[in-house]
Order: sequence, then structure tokens, then C-alpha cells
Amino acid sequence: MFASLHKNKNAQIVLGLLFGICFGFLLQKGGVTSYAVIEGQLLLTDFTVLKLMLSAVIVGMAGFHLMRHFGFVQSHAAEGSMGSNVIGGLIFGVGFALLGYCPGTVAGAVGTGALDALFGGMVGLLIGAGIFAELYPRLRTRILVWGKFPAVTVPEFLNMNLWIVIVLMEVFMIGFLVVLWYLGL
Amino acid sequence: MDFLTQATWSPYVAGAGIGVLSCLAFLLSDRPIECSTAFVKARGLISRMFNREGTDKKEYYKEIIPQVDWAFMIIPGVVIGAFIASILSGQFHIFWVPAMWGTSFGYDPVPRIIVALAGGILLGLGSRWAGGCTSGHGINGFIQLSLASMITACCFFAGGIATALLLFRVIGA
Repeated sequence: MFASLHKNKNAQIVLGLLFGICFGFLLQKGGVTSYAVIEGQLLLTDFTVLKLMLSAVIVGMAGFHLMRHFGFVQSHAAEGSMGSNVIGGLIFGVGFALLGYCPGTVAGAVGTGALDALFGGMVGLLIGAGIFAELYPRLRTRILVWGKFPAVTVPEFLNMNLWIVIVLMEVFMIGFLVVLWYLGL
Repeated sequence: MDFLTQATWSPYVAGAGIGVLSCLAFLLSDRPIECSTAFVKARGLISRMFNREGTDKKEYYKEIIPQVDWAFMIIPGVVIGAFIASILSGQFHIFWVPAMWGTSFGYDPVPRIIVALAGGILLGLGSRWAGGCTSGHGINGFIQLSLASMITACCFFAGGIATALLLFRVIGA
């Protein structure tokens, strides 16, 4: 479905911009383009970021897998490894706390007038991406493939039915939000 | 239309909206909403202005082609979207130092920009190392039940929580 739209480069450029605009609008309205909100989450004093992310996943997981069941969308989940996902994730985490924004919210913060996000964050991201491009030929066949995970998706890993995993995850995520609300966080 | 000018929405409402938007991106563009890829493309486009052949020879830019496409346009879009949202609610203001940083470390822009730059470099390196960012792995990988994305998202927060506690509870305490 929509295969011709997927291949239409100019339409996709316009769609990319439109998706970005909606995403940026929702990030700002959700409060997560604010430095204090992100650092508050990392200091475990303000749970806005987790509330927003889990709400997105609760809705998105149900919608994505229903659409996939009827053949409207396909999965892009890829194989991962300790060397890529754990090491890269931890490097990202250190940068996340030092900057106080992530690659999407840094752009959102620029839109709200944050010059530290523009001249520190965005310039740094361009430098960091360039460093990775330099290192890539040496990392690609070594550290990035070290400790490959045994499965691509969680249902494969647990050897469980897809829909049972989805229902369990939805219940767990909603339960987590209820616990946050109950604790007054 | 009061909701458009409200300072913030409930994070549950904004989050649910992002969930719907993610589904639409899979449907209409066959892609997860991912922000860090755009920085590779932008960096490649800048490098090409100075050294076209050298840039095109690099392995990474053969995989992530530096061009203005869907993944690139996400970032200008996010800047515009957040700008519109903050203008509508009267929150737009230009500043160098966020108040929370200023309270702990002072309002001199120089230390803030140096730390933000260091953070940005690690974020650029780490996001490409892990193959995605908070939206690519944290939201859209999670939606697809990707094992690698769930592990990555946990590492984002593990590294982030440890560093933030060190920064604000030890150094800036």
C-alpha cells in the first residue's frame, strides 16, 4: 500500500518536512524541548520525558502491529549487538546529560530560541557524526558486530506469540504510568 | 482553538499524538521517525562542499547518502514546528544559558557552550554508533518490538542518569 508514494522522492521530501513540523510542535507542547525537563528526567525528579515516550509507544505499538497484520506497513527492526547498541547507547547517554537535549529535542529547543542548543548542540552533533564517519571503516567489522544479540525482536527472543507479547507490554507500560501517577511523580 | 496557545499539553496527550504520527510515518513514508540520521547527511553535505571526492569515497556516506531527502527534512521541520508552537503560546525567547544550568554553574555562556558542544559531539558519535536516537530507538524501535532498540534505550538512560547525577549532585551541588 502507498508503494508509489514511498518511491516519489519529491513527495517524500515534503512529507519529511511535514512530519518534522508536527513532531517538533508536539515535542514543544509536550514540554520536552526544555533543558530543565530533560535534566529533571535524568535526575529522576521530573518524569515528563518517560510519560511522553511511553504514551507514544502505547499508542504506536498497537497501531503499528495492527497495520502490519493487515499488510499496510513493514517492520524495520534490525539485528543489534553489545558493541553497537550498548557502547553506543552509553556514549549517547553521557552526551544526553551534558547537552540536556537529544538529537530531536535539540532541534526543537533551537526553535524555541535556545542558543546553547544551536551553537553547542547542533554544531557538536555535526562534529560527532563526522567523527563516526571517519571511524566507521575500523569499527564496522570489529566492535560494531561484537556480541550480536540472539534475536531481532522481543517475541523471537522470548519465543512467544507476537500478540501475547504486545498485550503484556501494553499492560506493563500502562501499569508503569499508573504507578507514576499513584506515587505523585 | 485555545489548545494551540496553551503553554504545554499533558505529556500523555502530546505522547499519544507522537504515537499516531509515528504510525502515519510508517504508513505514508515506510520509515521510522529518526532524528540523528539528518546530522550525518548534513555533515556529509558540508564535507562535500570542501572535498567532494574524498567525501563520496567514505564508506559511511555510501550507506547514508548525503542528500536532501525525507530523513534530512525531519530536522528543519522540527525547528519550524517547535518555533510555531512556542510563538503561539508566547514562550519563544532567545537565551544562551538555561536557568537550571545558570543556578548551578552561573550564567556565563562560555562554560555552558563548551559543555553543550562536548555533549553534542558525544550525542552525534553515540547515536551513530548505536544506529539511532531517542526517537529512532526509544520510541519507534520500541514500537516495532526491536530487542536492540529496547537495550539501546535503557543504555541511553543509564548513561544519562549517571552523568546527570554526577553533574548536578556532585560537581554542581
